[in-house]
Amino acid sequence: MFDSITLGQYYQTDSVLHRLDPRVKLVGTFTYLISLFVVKSFWGYLLAAMFLFVMIKLSNVPFRYIVRGMKTILFLLLITVCFNLFLTPGEVIWQFSIFKITREGLSFAIKMALRLSLLILGSSIMTLTTTPTQLTDALETLMKPLRKVHVPVHEIAMMMSIALRFIPILMEETDKIMKAQIARGADFESKNIVKKIKSLVPLLVPLFISAFRRANDLAMAMEARCYRGGEGRTKMKPLVYCAKDRVAYFILLAFFVVCILTRIFL
Amino acid sequence: MLNRFTPMIKIQKLIHDYIKRDDEGNVAGTVRAIGGVDLHVEPGRFIAILGHNGSGKSTLAKHLNALLFPTEGTVWVDGMSTSDGKNLWEIRREAGMVFQNPDNQIIAQVVEEDVGFGPENIGVPTEEIWTRVEESLKAVGMLEHRKKSPNRLSGGQKQRVSIAGVIAMEPKCIILDEPTAMLDPNGRKEVIKAAKKLNREKGITVILITHYMEEAVDADMIFVMDKGVVAMQGTPREIFCQVERMKELQLDVPQVTLLGHELRKAGLAIPDCILTKEELADALLGAPEAAGEKEEADGDQS
Repeated sequence: MFDSITLGQYYQTDSVLHRLDPRVKLVGTFTYLISLFVVKSFWGYLLAAMFLFVMIKLSNVPFRYIVRGMKTILFLLLITVCFNLFLTPGEVIWQFSIFKITREGLSFAIKMALRLSLLILGSSIMTLTTTPTQLTDALETLMKPLRKVHVPVHEIAMMMSIALRFIPILMEETDKIMKAQIARGADFESKNIVKKIKSLVPLLVPLFISAFRRANDLAMAMEARCYRGGEGRTKMKPLVYCAKDRVAYFILLAFFVVCILTRIFL
Repeated sequence: MLNRFTPMIKIQKLIHDYIKRDDEGNVAGTVRAIGGVDLHVEPGRFIAILGHNGSGKSTLAKHLNALLFPTEGTVWVDGMSTSDGKNLWEIRREAGMVFQNPDNQIIAQVVEEDVGFGPENIGVPTEEIWTRVEESLKAVGMLEHRKKSPNRLSGGQKQRVSIAGVIAMEPKCIILDEPTAMLDPNGRKEVIKAAKKLNREKGITVILITHYMEEAVDADMIFVMDKGVVAMQGTPREIFCQVERMKELQLDVPQVTLLGHELRKAGLAIPDCILTKEELADALLGAPEAAGEKEEADGDQS
């Protein structure tokens, strides 16, 4: 049942975006998300959409594959649009009994829908082109300055990557325990919510025990391999910026400045 | 201090007590896991430690890597006492350890990154990490899987990755704590083959803790643990000769040896202490009633 799990929905292919330094992609995604809130005019949204379209083209990920990820938020999108459409006060342009659409509501709803879709698509471009490991690495390096205020940056990154490593293993284990409990007559199919929650107890207890045992083993294995925190550690794959990363930063900056300009002048 | 005559491992009167605590954390009693072990291992040897469950063999293994510290007595790894805190990381680098569960000792999500984990920890420069990773993976025959996720590997392959992760730290000694207990027969063979190869080609001391007797046959020396002490020690031939004594310790001897032993008891004129199928076949062919028994031996081999 957990066969088809793909973590962080990474799409394996080769493209400029895949080869970019993960830090650029992380910073880029944040800049893009902020810029979506900076722009106000339709021209601004058009610019943001164009930018995203070029990025999708550059990423070599099939457009259909990316849009498929949108399905899950379609419902949320619909609700947001409806609320904005019918509940914004202003100049009425269409009315049917208690439902009325205002000019402001219409423009608001469209903008909201655009903003939400671009938001989701923009961030999925990052997860589609970056492996979870690279993302953790990027986070660790980018957050390094926080060490000065005693944030355990290395430890957080290490925990994240261990979690990522063990999610599939624990998934498999859940499946195994579930089957073992079903074989002994446990009922996981019940529609009754109370029964459903109760049926989770014999699943969660062994899972937790096993997870703690694994954690204990892993800690010992890490110690045996001389792990003693981030101090004095070297990196097998250090992140190094090269020319294309600098170009990417420049493009990002240009995009962001234009976004601000559209807000001021359009 | 670190000349070649320093024994790789030297243990003197080692005692280890596990402390049992009740719910409030008060000491409720102690369990003696190791009760006075003396052990001496020369560099470059292949050593097997046998023993049934609870004989103290895993506790002993953890002492060799300074994961546990002696309650009494001393353990020296390459001349360094494990009780001395400043030796801790050097001991762990020199005496690498491979554990039983293949899943619970792989840290990274890509094979090559996991092999690089040890060298990263001891501060090896980046370029050298790459050469070490490549050599280590080559040594265990896993180079073509370097980009894979550990989840996609078989148990035997995972254990070989773990071994590669240890040898990337360039240890003098590898301790394998029941590395094959969770593997299928093919995986077991792969892992033991890799360990033997390292011992032979790189001269790394291997200490194999196991309860599969077949894996101990080629060792230079066998120690048999029972109730926290070394009950028997000697070459495989010396140990496996004593079929009855091994049974007393709740251990088997290799099946071939057992068959040879039983045949001899039944009155067949073959030498005692047969360790391999080939030896048994030769002995049977040479024996007076060889013609009749040959078919039986062939049947057992297949």
